[in-house]
Formats: sequence, C-alpha cells, structure tokens
Amino acid sequence: MSPAELTLVGLSHHVAPVELRERVVLGIDDAAAFASALAPAVCLSTCNRTELYLAGDREESAAAALTELAGEPLEGVLYRLHDEDAALHLFRVAAGLDSMVPGEGEILGQVRGAYEAVEPNRLLDRVFRQAIALGKRVRSETAIAESPASVPAAAAALAAQVFGELEGRRVLLIGAGRIGELAASNLASRGASIAYVANRSPEGARGLADRFGGAGVPLDELSAALGHVDVVVSSTGAPGFVLHADDVPPRRHHPLFFIDIAVPRDLDPDVARLDGCFLYDIDDLEAVVAETLAGRRVEAERAEVLAAEEVERFRLWRASLEVIPAITSLRAHAEEIRTAELAKLEGRVSNDEREHLESVTSQILNKLLHLPTVRMKEAAATADGSAYADAVRHLFGLEERDR
Amino acid sequence: MAEVLFWPALIGYGEAAFAYASPRTSRLATWGVRLGWLAQTALLVVQAERSDGFPWATFAGSLNLFVWLVVSAYLIWGCRPRFRLLGLAVMPPVALLFVVARLGGGTASEVGSRYPNLFLVLHVGLVLAAFAGFTLAAALAGLYLWEERRLKRRAADILRLRLPPLQSLERLTQRAIVVSLPLLTLGLAAGIVRLRQQGGSTDPLEWLTLATWLLYGGFLVARPSGRRAAYLAIGGFALVVVSRLALAGGHFA
Repeated sequence: MSPAELTLVGLSHHVAPVELRERVVLGIDDAAAFASALAPAVCLSTCNRTELYLAGDREESAAAALTELAGEPLEGVLYRLHDEDAALHLFRVAAGLDSMVPGEGEILGQVRGAYEAVEPNRLLDRVFRQAIALGKRVRSETAIAESPASVPAAAAALAAQVFGELEGRRVLLIGAGRIGELAASNLASRGASIAYVANRSPEGARGLADRFGGAGVPLDELSAALGHVDVVVSSTGAPGFVLHADDVPPRRHHPLFFIDIAVPRDLDPDVARLDGCFLYDIDDLEAVVAETLAGRRVEAERAEVLAAEEVERFRLWRASLEVIPAITSLRAHAEEIRTAELAKLEGRVSNDEREHLESVTSQILNKLLHLPTVRMKEAAATADGSAYADAVRHLFGLEERDR
Repeated sequence: MAEVLFWPALIGYGEAAFAYASPRTSRLATWGVRLGWLAQTALLVVQAERSDGFPWATFAGSLNLFVWLVVSAYLIWGCRPRFRLLGLAVMPPVALLFVVARLGGGTASEVGSRYPNLFLVLHVGLVLAAFAGFTLAAALAGLYLWEERRLKRRAADILRLRLPPLQSLERLTQRAIVVSLPLLTLGLAAGIVRLRQQGGSTDPLEWLTLATWLLYGGFLVARPSGRRAAYLAIGGFALVVVSRLALAGGHFA
C-alpha cells in the first residue's frame, strides 16, 4: 500500500435514488466515527452523497463498509475513483460543480466539517485543504454563487434589486404557505423585518407573527397595512384574489414590491400596472431562477478550469512525495558526514574557529545539494521521479543507511 | 506636452468605453477612467500654466473642460462595480467628445486665452460643472427608466444583467441635481454680473439656460419620484444638450 494513494468510494444523487441515499446518510459525528473505523479516511455524508476518501488502495474494505451501512448490495451504484480522479471529484464537489444546483454554497461547509471531524493523514489533509481553498476561490473568482438558485432566494434578490439594502424594510406576509415562509426568511436574513402577518386563521397568523416578531393583521385590513410596508409576500390557499388593485393605496416616493407565490394567484395582476408597484408571480420567479441557473452553468465552465488547475497542483505534490524520502535521506547522510568530520577537530581549534568552520561547511553542503534537490523535484513531476530517487539512493549508498 | 498627455487620457477613456461592455473587464475599465482622468487633469494644468487667461474659452476648449467635469462627476457618484452599465452609457460619448475637442483644437497647449474677467471665468466654469452634473443625472435617470421597465415587465434576466438597485439610481439622480443646481445658479449670477458690467444684450443661449435652471429648480421644489423624476432629469438634459451643442457657437463667438 502506497501512503500517497488516494481512493474514493461513494454514491451520490447522480447514481443513487433518494431511497438508497437515505439509508447511508450520516450525521457529522456518525460520519467521523464511520471514517475512524477505516482510518486514515474522511467520510463526506450529505443528503446528496455519502463518500469515503481513503489513503491507500482500500476500495474493497470501503465498499464493504458502505454496503453494510446500506443493508443491501450497492454494486452498480458505487463509484470508485483513484488518485487524481478522486481528487478532481472532491474538488468539483467542494466547488459545488457536482451539486444538483451548480455553485450551491452549503456543500463547502459540509466538506470542511467532514475534514475537521477526523484526524486525516498527510495525503487526506493535503487534498481536503486544497479542496476547501478551491471552493473559496471558485466563489470569489467566478459569479457561480452570485445569483439565487431558488424561488424564495430569487424573491429576496428581486426585492433588493428595487430597494438596495433591505435593512429596515418592512414586510407583510400573507398566508402560511411553505414557500412564502421561506421567502420571508430570506428577506429577514437580508435585514428586512416581517412587520405584519395575515392569515385566514387567527392562530396561524399569531404563530407566524410570533416566529418572525411581527404583528397579526386580519385579512380584511390588508389595505391599511399596505401603507406601512415595502414588500408583500403572499402564499395563501385561497381560491381567488385576496388583494385587488383597488385595495392598494397610492404610492408616492416609496415603491411597493409584491411577491405572489400562491397557485391560484392571490394578487390581482392589475397591481403591476400601478405606479411604483412591482409584482412577480410564481411563473415570473421560476423564469428568473431558470435564467440565473443558466448563468451559473456558464460560470461553472470557468470553475472547471480552476478545478483542473488544482488537480495538476495535487499531481505535482503527490509526485514529489516519491523523491522527498530520498532527498531527506541524502541530506541527513551529508549532515552526518559533516558532523563527524567536525567532531574530529574537537580540541584542536578554538570556539571561534569551530563556529566559522560550521558555517562554511554548512554553506558548502547546501550549495552542493541544492541543484540535485531541485532536479529531483522537477523529475518527480514527470515519470522519472522514482528512477532519479533510486539512482540517488544507489549512488550515495542510502539503501544501507536507511536499512 | 499637452499632446503627450492627450493620448493617455484618450486611451484611458477609450479603454473604459470598451471594457465596461463585459463584467469581467469592468475593473480594468474603472482603472482606465481613473488613469485617463489623471492624464486629462495634467493636460488641463499644462494648458492653464501656458495661458495668461482662461484657456477653455473656445467651444472646443470648453468641450475639453466639460469632458473632464463629466468624468469627475462620474468618479464621484458612479464609479462602482454595480454601476458598470452607467460607465457603458457615459464613457463612449465622453471619449467621442474628447476627440471632437481635440479636432477643434481644444486640447492644444497653445490655445487662445480669453475671459480675463473673473466673473466670466466663474460663469463658464460653474455652468460647465453644473452641465456635467446634469449629464450624469440624465445617465442615471436613463438607467432608472430601463431598470424600472425591466422590473415592470418582469424580465427573466433581471438578476443576470444586474443594474444598480432602483432606489439607489433615484437617490443618486437627485443628489447629482441637488449639487449641480447651485453651481448653475452661481454660474448664471456671475454671467449676469458680467453682462451688466459690459452692457451687452442677452442671447438665446442665456434664455435657454434660464429655462434649464427653472426646470431643475422645479425639480428640487416638487421633489418628484419614480418615472416622473427620471423624465424630468432627462428633459433637463435635453435642454443642456441644446445649450452645449446647438446654441453654443453663437454664445462663444
């Protein structure tokens, strides 16, 4: 087993249905314990994937462990990748390129969590640190994560397109629909306050109002509340409009942004004709999301280039591992000779002279070994690395020394 | 010397005019604006040093100064990453006007100097500065109308091709006008004082500038918002364009 061999065994949303994925999904502590049983290993487990990254060629034991966890055969579902292929896969995962929504940001935190939950060896430490750095780089150097990838996030981004900063903006939430609630949460996360909550049932309104810190409003008093808010999010199950254009008081100086996520629609489309009023329904929001996802895919192509560069860096580093023991051994051998020769002068030279000699011999050694060290590292990047390392070991008799 | 400084300024502005077309190169465009502005500032300093009066008295010379003032206003209010499309609206005409200024001899170091009178120097300088501010306000208002239309029509690419937020555009338009109107007021006052000293008569340009002042003054009094504010800012700019281009020849003569 080579310590520099990287193995990946896992399954993801690309190959396994949710019924299977849910059988192997692990919380962060359980994933760490699972990885520890196969140490050195890291287990990345999310709702979309469970993957084992191992140092050394141990794919059979990893596959057996995952099969046991699933409680059913996983042949045909598990993917097995090695070395640069495994590293590229991890880099793409950390960059969000392997996610259902390209560029989604949560996965980077999950990769970091999986890495920090275990004590990886040198190889795993290196590949995971590179993956996390790449994930950050992709997010800062491309626009892959800039646009919203979901309807609630798009609703909040559109409100920001009207108002700029949402800090201090007031929101009226009509209805207790799930997506409406998510949209309100997105707005709140950008600094808006949920000022009013209106619902058919007073209990439902109160529950939501308590959660968001707003006030409950009866549905028949919506018009009055509109004068005090900037954004309206509506997602009721009502069969007809809950708000007509006539109910909206005239706006002056203050735009009003309506988000209608309900089907059938809650808000009269004529609201959009009013001066200073903007209305987006579910179809509009989905069209915006589809467009931004198309943009993400374009950015993903740039991110793929960055991932490929990172793999090349990993390859060079891994190749250098082949020659580093030989370099270390050579330098230790040279240092032993230098120390032994200096020891022979003990008592025959003054302290000042000894210090001078130590400095001079040390410099000679460094200058002498600099070029062979550089050349061996360069050779490591090609296929000649191990041949060079063997030659150095043979020429300087390092085999006997290391034995 | 002025010749040497003209080209880096034009290259800076020209580069910005093209580089603002793509989000990936907009940072380079911003540097183009900054470096071009520095070169043009140096050009104006050289012109001022070599002149014994006001070196931008000719139409072409005043165009040179006007370009510098527009870019200055842009650097103050609009030179931000999210305002890329404002740069795309402002920098191509700026580069073009700069070329026109040169073709008319307005960027040469040996320019004819006139207006030794302080009131006339103030009049021209302040009116041009105000016009530069109104130009930027109109560009911001144009972006506002475009963005508002896209929001109203629920354009699917609204988050892909991002303009500055609607309210930021409205606020900046108002700010540009609030700052520029006092400059125009002072510039007109200086012109009137000079006119009385000389005992000359008013020309159509002065009446048009007064109409411009009334329009922007009305803007500040009424404080319109939304589309109305944007249309007013653009309407005022139309008067500025007529003042600068159509009638300026006679006034300068």
